[in-house]
Amino acid sequence: MTEFTPIASLLGGAMIGLSAVLLMLWEGRIAGISGIASGLLPPYRDDAFPSRFGFVLGLIAAPLLLMTFTGTEITQTVSSNVPLMIAAGLLVGFGSVYGNGCTSGHGVCGLSRLSGRSMVATAVFMAMAFVTVFLVRHVI
Amino acid sequence: MSFLVNLVLGLLFGIGLVVSGMSDPAKVLNFLDLSGSWDPSLAFVMGGAVIVAFFGYRLVLKRDAPIVGGRFHLPGRKDIDARVVAGPAIFGIGWGLGGFCPGPALTALGLGATGTLAFLPAMIVGMWAARLLALASPRPRTV
Repeated sequence: MTEFTPIASLLGGAMIGLSAVLLMLWEGRIAGISGIASGLLPPYRDDAFPSRFGFVLGLIAAPLLLMTFTGTEITQTVSSNVPLMIAAGLLVGFGSVYGNGCTSGHGVCGLSRLSGRSMVATAVFMAMAFVTVFLVRHVI
Repeated sequence: MSFLVNLVLGLLFGIGLVVSGMSDPAKVLNFLDLSGSWDPSLAFVMGGAVIVAFFGYRLVLKRDAPIVGGRFHLPGRKDIDARVVAGPAIFGIGWGLGGFCPGPALTALGLGATGTLAFLPAMIVGMWAARLLALASPRPRTV
């Protein structure tokens, strides 16, 4: 069980949305993490490497900074089933880049732009994730 | 300069992921478990983010151009091709297995859980493979 946290979740979500809006204001780019992260890998087709590197570094530093300044532990439960997590990582990495976006690029930015492609993409990954969790937790 | 601005925006995004609970795979998997220990919190994360971005984008896109870079890089495609269905389908299975999507997986790196350290390198390999494959076939078939 995890605790239902509507206020914290809404607030955190608003911060994610604000980051996406400010990135559009600053350099006109979509805040899609799969696009930003995969753009750090060669071949390079534009000169946005420093931007992408900065954004990813910020993501990685965020919980460490939060722990340092607030003194709170960040609780997290990650499966320690290594083969399962490797398979999950391969699928998430491949699928998000092959489909041009993940939860942030299609889910947050795409839906906000009322993009038809992102609506389809979001519906498909949500549906597959619901089915996968159902199968893993209740069938297998 | 863009590096520093992006560093701050990445921090804001990452703190949002942690505050919202989205960086915890247990919370993600419980959101996805409709018939079990359902935790609807993630709908609020998505809702908060989409509401802010919906109105924020409208304000920002009234400008002729962003502050740097000369133009807005907006995805212009409207067609529903095989990739925009197959990619998310594959991504969704992985998300349901591990509870991580790319953003939360990156924020989890510093916390050093075994599962994260297995997931992240695999995610990067998957991303690279998809990127090389996409570059090799620039004109995907339309469904």
